[in-house]
Amino acid sequence: MLEPASVPDVRPPRRDRSAERLRRIDRIGDGLLYGVCAFACLLSIVTLLLIVYEVVNGASPAISKFGLGFLTNTTWQPNFGEFGAGSLIFGTAFSSFFALLLGAPLAVAIGLFLSELAPKSVRGIVSPLVEMLAAIPSVILGFWGILVLAPFVQKNIEPFLHDTLGFLPIFGPPQTTGASVFTASLILTVMIIPIVASISRDLFLAVPPDVQDGASALGATRWEVVRGVVLPSTSSGVVAASILGLGRALGEAIAVTQVIGAGSEIKASLFETGDTLAGRIANQFPGAITELHIASLFYCGVVLLVIGLVSNLLAQWIGRRFSYAQAAK
Amino acid sequence: MNAVDPGAGAGFDPTSPLTPSGNLRRRQLFSRFTEAGATVAALVAIAVLGIVIYTVAVRGAGAVSWEFLTTDEPTGIRAALLGTAEIVLIATAIAMPIGVLIAIYMIEFAGPRSNRVMKTVLDLTNGLPSIIIGLFVFGLLVKPLQEQMAFAGAIALAIIELPLIARGSQEVLLLVPGNLREASDALGVSRWRGVVGVILPSAIGGIVTATVLAVARAAGETAPLLLVSSVFKGLTLNPFEAIPNIPVTIYFLSEEGNPAGFERAWGASLVLIAIILFASLGARALLARNRERMSR
Repeated sequence: MLEPASVPDVRPPRRDRSAERLRRIDRIGDGLLYGVCAFACLLSIVTLLLIVYEVVNGASPAISKFGLGFLTNTTWQPNFGEFGAGSLIFGTAFSSFFALLLGAPLAVAIGLFLSELAPKSVRGIVSPLVEMLAAIPSVILGFWGILVLAPFVQKNIEPFLHDTLGFLPIFGPPQTTGASVFTASLILTVMIIPIVASISRDLFLAVPPDVQDGASALGATRWEVVRGVVLPSTSSGVVAASILGLGRALGEAIAVTQVIGAGSEIKASLFETGDTLAGRIANQFPGAITELHIASLFYCGVVLLVIGLVSNLLAQWIGRRFSYAQAAK
Repeated sequence: MNAVDPGAGAGFDPTSPLTPSGNLRRRQLFSRFTEAGATVAALVAIAVLGIVIYTVAVRGAGAVSWEFLTTDEPTGIRAALLGTAEIVLIATAIAMPIGVLIAIYMIEFAGPRSNRVMKTVLDLTNGLPSIIIGLFVFGLLVKPLQEQMAFAGAIALAIIELPLIARGSQEVLLLVPGNLREASDALGVSRWRGVVGVILPSAIGGIVTATVLAVARAAGETAPLLLVSSVFKGLTLNPFEAIPNIPVTIYFLSEEGNPAGFERAWGASLVLIAIILFASLGARALLARNRERMSR
């Protein structure tokens, strides 16, 4: 073995202080980054839990006083310390379901137009415009609702519906102002449409084109392709999108309280005034003085929170099941 | 072998144009009809948007002037405009770092399980009605301190912005090309240097876009501010008192039922809607350009 003695040692010194320092900084930096990121995540989780806790906590005087009877009692008289959310729950469900009935088919149709019919250039213009509907602040939509939509609806649409479909109890005689459950539903429809439309557009666009082409090649018309291929393979996603839209409608406070007219009775007609849980909170909270009144409004918030969380989880669950089914194919 | 012409003998006229008849005709007509329906649905949505913006623009144009923007009540909305800016600024200063950190966690550190948990948490937060967030902040800050304050409103808006910023940033971080990441790993760059020096700089445009979209959403939120910053003691900009702001101003004016107030409310609506539409359109354009650049 030859071992030249005169070769200088070119290996780096084993203990280089600056490299060691660098490594230490990197170790600290990595730990710090992980720690800060994990802390941010924990913060968001804690905030969500804290929201549930605070709302339930605020409602506790009303919960212990009225119990579950609060949900069915329909009298709401702050002056007599008598509170029940029955009519509010009815109003919330009535206005939101009607809005969904109107909005979901429209939104799905828009989604189909954007994914199946519109050329790419048209889609690039129409899509952001539809999403822009969601960007209009609800207070402005509500303000427009009282001053523009409500008088129009009261003068034109309500009499027409009453005359032609008046035998149905939901289309009763129009009232003197346009403030009604019907107007509120229309405003909510406008809010639901962009949510459902943009989600269903994405769902429809994800349907593999070769399946659609196959159906076309077998002689299916465009509608038959949609009916037979596109809708069945996306139906659970569309349902999930509709539930998300419904959740949005159920929780909307400001615009609803502006146009619904703050009635406190359960009426079968859409053209009467009514009120919703969120609307009642927005309407009465700033003026609420007694502890029980505030707690009752918080109780409405608890109901709303439960509805909101459940509908959201339901939509996520349905959506996830859908994507598993899609992945298994 | 002679094939039998299927049309022969059945009154088939080879020169007549091929038009569907009977069942096929009915199916095609129905298909046309549904196509027209879908197009009309899209037109209706655009028409509603057009009508709302047109009404606000026409009725608000009369009220908006330089004086309207730069004087205080009763002639102008200067204080409300500054108040909204301040509240949204504080909210964004809180929500943006937290949101970006959550996005980094989901991309860099989280396994599939914690990723799903975070996604669920963000979606649930995003789906909460804004009035619930208002109730929460009221119970958390305003009730114990017995004092309405804009800072509480800013926290509420931060909670509204957080999921939007986090999900938006996460999407952009996912778009960062894998070879950038691999190159920095191959050079032996530590993780935090890689994130701070390579990944964040290439995603910063998208993060800003997501933030601007969140700001546009928060600027119009009324419900939480109505609960925690609506009883104005004076024209102050101290965040620990109630500060006048545009959405609540519009809400009160619209509930008053006074024509002069309506005029001011239309003006304020025009200013608010202009800011929001400008911000979200600008952010969208920026996002489209960014996507194009990053996917190249």
